[in-house]
Amino acid sequence: MTDTTAAVNRKIAFARLRDLALIPAIIVIAVVGQLVSPVFLRGDNLINVLQTMSEIAILVLAQTLVLIVKKMDLSLESTVGLAPGVAAWLTVPVGAGHGLGLLPGGWSVPITLAVGVLIGVVNALFIIRFGLNGFIVTLGMLIVLRGILTGISGGQTFFRLPESMLYLGTTQWLGMPASVWLCLTLFAAGIVLLGFTSFGRSLYAIGGNVDAAKAAGIRTGRVLWIVIVTASLLAALSGLLLSGRLASVASAQGNGYIFTVFAAAVIGGISLNGGKGTMFGAFTGILLLFLIQNVLTLAGVPAQWIGALNGTIILIALALSRVTGGKAQE
Amino acid sequence: MVAAPAVAEAAGVTKRYGSTVALREAAIRIDQGQTHALVGRNGAGKSTLVSVLTGLQAPDEGTITFGGEPAPRLTDRDAWRQRVACVYQKSTIIPELTVAENLFLNRHDHGRSGLISWKTVRTKARELLDAWSVDVDVRLPAGELDVEQRQFVEIARALSFGARFIILDEPTAQLDAAAIARLFGRITELQRQGVTFLYISHHLEEIYEICDTVTVFRDARHVLTAAVGELPRAELVAAMTGEVATETGDTRRVPDANAAPVLEMTGASLPGAYEDVTLRVRAGEIVGLAGAASSGRVEIAETIAGLRAATTGSVEIAGTRPRPGSVPAALRAGVGFVPQDRHHQGYVAQMSIADNGTLTIPDRLGPAGFIDGRRRDGFARDMIGKLAIKTPGPELPVSGLSGGNQQKVVMARALANDPALLVLINPTAGVDVRSKEFLLAKVEEIAESGAGVLIASDELDDLRLCDRVLVVFQGAVVAEIPRGWHDHRLVAAMEGVDLDD
Repeated sequence: MTDTTAAVNRKIAFARLRDLALIPAIIVIAVVGQLVSPVFLRGDNLINVLQTMSEIAILVLAQTLVLIVKKMDLSLESTVGLAPGVAAWLTVPVGAGHGLGLLPGGWSVPITLAVGVLIGVVNALFIIRFGLNGFIVTLGMLIVLRGILTGISGGQTFFRLPESMLYLGTTQWLGMPASVWLCLTLFAAGIVLLGFTSFGRSLYAIGGNVDAAKAAGIRTGRVLWIVIVTASLLAALSGLLLSGRLASVASAQGNGYIFTVFAAAVIGGISLNGGKGTMFGAFTGILLLFLIQNVLTLAGVPAQWIGALNGTIILIALALSRVTGGKAQE
Repeated sequence: MVAAPAVAEAAGVTKRYGSTVALREAAIRIDQGQTHALVGRNGAGKSTLVSVLTGLQAPDEGTITFGGEPAPRLTDRDAWRQRVACVYQKSTIIPELTVAENLFLNRHDHGRSGLISWKTVRTKARELLDAWSVDVDVRLPAGELDVEQRQFVEIARALSFGARFIILDEPTAQLDAAAIARLFGRITELQRQGVTFLYISHHLEEIYEICDTVTVFRDARHVLTAAVGELPRAELVAAMTGEVATETGDTRRVPDANAAPVLEMTGASLPGAYEDVTLRVRAGEIVGLAGAASSGRVEIAETIAGLRAATTGSVEIAGTRPRPGSVPAALRAGVGFVPQDRHHQGYVAQMSIADNGTLTIPDRLGPAGFIDGRRRDGFARDMIGKLAIKTPGPELPVSGLSGGNQQKVVMARALANDPALLVLINPTAGVDVRSKEFLLAKVEEIAESGAGVLIASDELDDLRLCDRVLVVFQGAVVAEIPRGWHDHRLVAAMEGVDLDD
């Protein structure tokens, strides 16, 4: 009897620890980073890491919500470009900034977010209303949205963005960039949402067994709509931060982000099969990737090699999480 | 008798899906405190009746009443859940979430902050399980539970909504004999506490053991309702099939004791599964391998089929020794195999009958790895004819077939390479009565034609036709019982009890 109780307790303890699986890896990276360069653990370097990862971290957050309900949204990376792109197109004055100047600058932020919501509604319409496969729908959307941005910008970069668009990407609040505050706050909210609200738990129920969720009285369609639209809205916000920081919207803004996003989510313990993983895990996933990148840069690894190393790191991290997680990744 | 209204009653219920009629003026009346059996072959309308009774679908015609009152609106899930609950064959538990959360899904307890209070949820879950004496740790992920525990948790959840009428859909399909006994004990106990059950099963023995009343459906219609005690088995089977049941077996010739062995397993051991197993099957012989779910019989059969490799000992098939742990080698040596769970290992649901049936014989379908579609369909038509698979043609995906016909496809695949030895694990699990009789008759026919057959099962009907039954208990062969045994003797041996003492 005591034997089985011990076994049960071990299983329970293990289920909880899975959340913290990446913490040792992050500590190891911190030690290695400090050995490589004393700059690494300095406050401004760490804040720099947090700021460069903040936009993509918000995408990871958005994708995590979508993955937990067992869907996928590839189009997030195009939304990062298109949402602020449309805003810049409409508000930047005619001339060197490549805009149309149709609306005053104050409209830029609401437009960015509205475009995000609109894209989310289109995605949700295809996936939920018409029951199409989310992977293919959002792959199509990824290409279409990128194409629209290239179309309206003529392949050029929008400059001279209005003040309101620059604000979130450039301002400091209490000595830290606003985007870092925003990113951390959103993750904190995400942890509470997924762990401690009925709505958050319904995401797990839907991803784990949609029939059981329906039988429990969860309005699965409505929850899925909210998740998909919210993810797009978050991607638009992420795009806003990025354009603010770079003070421009390039036609390739966000291009290729989605691979890092997926890698971070999976390394952080989010299952591509839905219903599994936590927001905290996802955060440690993206944090680990960016810390490693930072260490490589500090170690003087040539920029041309960062890509190859990044891919290798993702594979190693996946292999490690397979070993520590103990189960095959489906 | 007239006084108390029925716990649940359906009257004149008709349900159509397009042009097919799933229920035609069906009626059932379940009285307070009964355990009421609902039987019928696949496609008789049982599942449609369940979905109408649980409010998942509205009937096209007819009425449903609970305790004399009309059923709530379909959208009012809470009202339905207070009246009726169904424990399906397919679990409605979410494996990634804890037991506690599964019990209180979408009705979590919220603390003062408006956030979920996990402590209260866990405490209430524990109280609930204690109240119905279910011994499961509520903090475990539900995916870690075994089938039996999961069913008890689902029953407890149903009761927690206030429902005192519970539908059990094939509850014993995946349980071993001991777990079935525990389930029956639980049902009897709950019945005493005023819970009413509607019990759906293919196993007529279980119905005679546990139920008071039985209702038979056939071809979307209600056929009869009778007290179980007043209905002889033959009549019950006749009501289900629409014809008089024929007794099978007994007429088979005795296998030749000098025939060459087609299987010789010598001193095989696999730590954690079985130990020092020696067995022999002769050509033309049917040998049973009986044992409870975790006895090791499945692992022994899988070793012979090449799915596992024994750490010591040897397996010889028709005179050759295939490489251990290799399915292709076992196939070449002449093994035909029907795996334990057809959904997982038996077939690829989206692929056609023809593709599934010929999976084991790609080299016969055409030259150099190419597949000749016509030759493949020829093979498939042959199988469909031989095994009487009900289908419009060989191109239909297996997912479109009923359980019994799916199992026939799996059997067809096992027979495709004209095996010298046929290994079957639970060959009739989840299969309707007629298909079961058909499959077992087919097995006898194959043995007559000179192949050896090994049936690893805990289903007494599967084992009845065996020339002898080897009983596996805790990984070792403990008894050999010749044909003509009594049920209780075999069950006792499977449970490790010796009746002779």
